[in-house]
Amino acid sequence: MTWFSIIVSGIVTYFSRMAMVALIDRDMLGTKVKEVLNYVPAAVFPAIIFPGVFFNDFGSLVEITDPKIYGAMIALIVGFFSRSVIATILSGLSSYWFIVFVI
Amino acid sequence: MLSKSKIFFKGTVAVLPHMLSVIPFGIITGAIGVELGFDPILVYATSLIIFGGASQIIFMQLLSGGASSLIAITSVGVINSRHLLYGAVLSEYLEKLNFIKKLFISYFIVDQGFAESNKYIKQNKNLSNPHYYILGTGVTLWFCWQLSTISGIILGSFIPDELGLKFAIPLTFLAIIVNDLRKLDHVFVMLVSGFASLILFDAPFKSYIILSPIVALIAAFIMLRFKK
Repeated sequence: MTWFSIIVSGIVTYFSRMAMVALIDRDMLGTKVKEVLNYVPAAVFPAIIFPGVFFNDFGSLVEITDPKIYGAMIALIVGFFSRSVIATILSGLSSYWFIVFVI
Repeated sequence: MLSKSKIFFKGTVAVLPHMLSVIPFGIITGAIGVELGFDPILVYATSLIIFGGASQIIFMQLLSGGASSLIAITSVGVINSRHLLYGAVLSEYLEKLNFIKKLFISYFIVDQGFAESNKYIKQNKNLSNPHYYILGTGVTLWFCWQLSTISGIILGSFIPDELGLKFAIPLTFLAIIVNDLRKLDHVFVMLVSGFASLILFDAPFKSYIILSPIVALIAAFIMLRFKK
């Protein structure tokens, strides 16, 4: 079943890459649609970030003092100023680990 | 006039700075896949068959959390729908190619490669073989992605569970959108999506992962109407 899902996901993804290049006339995609597609990353990724930070493994809200909240806040600040992918991830993880294992 | 191999090489060089984010991201993708309990072969198969970092992580996270195949596949489709935009822009430069070549080159259309290709080709309007530049960026990114996910898969089997590497998932996605945090319209869409996901989290079949982006895109659409 997992193999099946991977292959179908692969086909779907390949189609998203190939459709406008090889199949569909690019003018089919109106300016409105293009403008909205610009926001796909902003619309998709917070739906993974927010639950990953604010919910625990059992799907209930964590407390405001949870190490994940501190980790995410530090990553957010570091990311905003550095604009670096590695700095964002490492600052978040290391501050999270520092709170969990040291404090 | 530049030879085909020179144009290809220029594409390769253009994406090198992106390796600073692509390689760690690939390592994390591989390591998280193993951490979530997937067979190493399956984790690698996502890199080869799906070949889209963010969607691979979400795919594995959803399946390991008990989501149905339908939800996992649909989320991959939603996340990767942005490629439609890349394809629409790049198709102008690929018009002269035959159908088979178009099918081949499409596999290598990725975020960073698109960004660099679009920039370069716009600045060099009378480039004779622009598709070699696109291929140069895409093939280079492809090789680095395959190698870094494999390294991550190997590394992942040594990382102890207690470390809580799962927290790297939200952080990785935060890192992806960090460049858009200065754009208020994008931040608005992000907040809509984030709060929608918290409210819709208990919706059946983990459908929050698809419903929240839809709510956010509708908000974006309404926002665009008011902006004008």
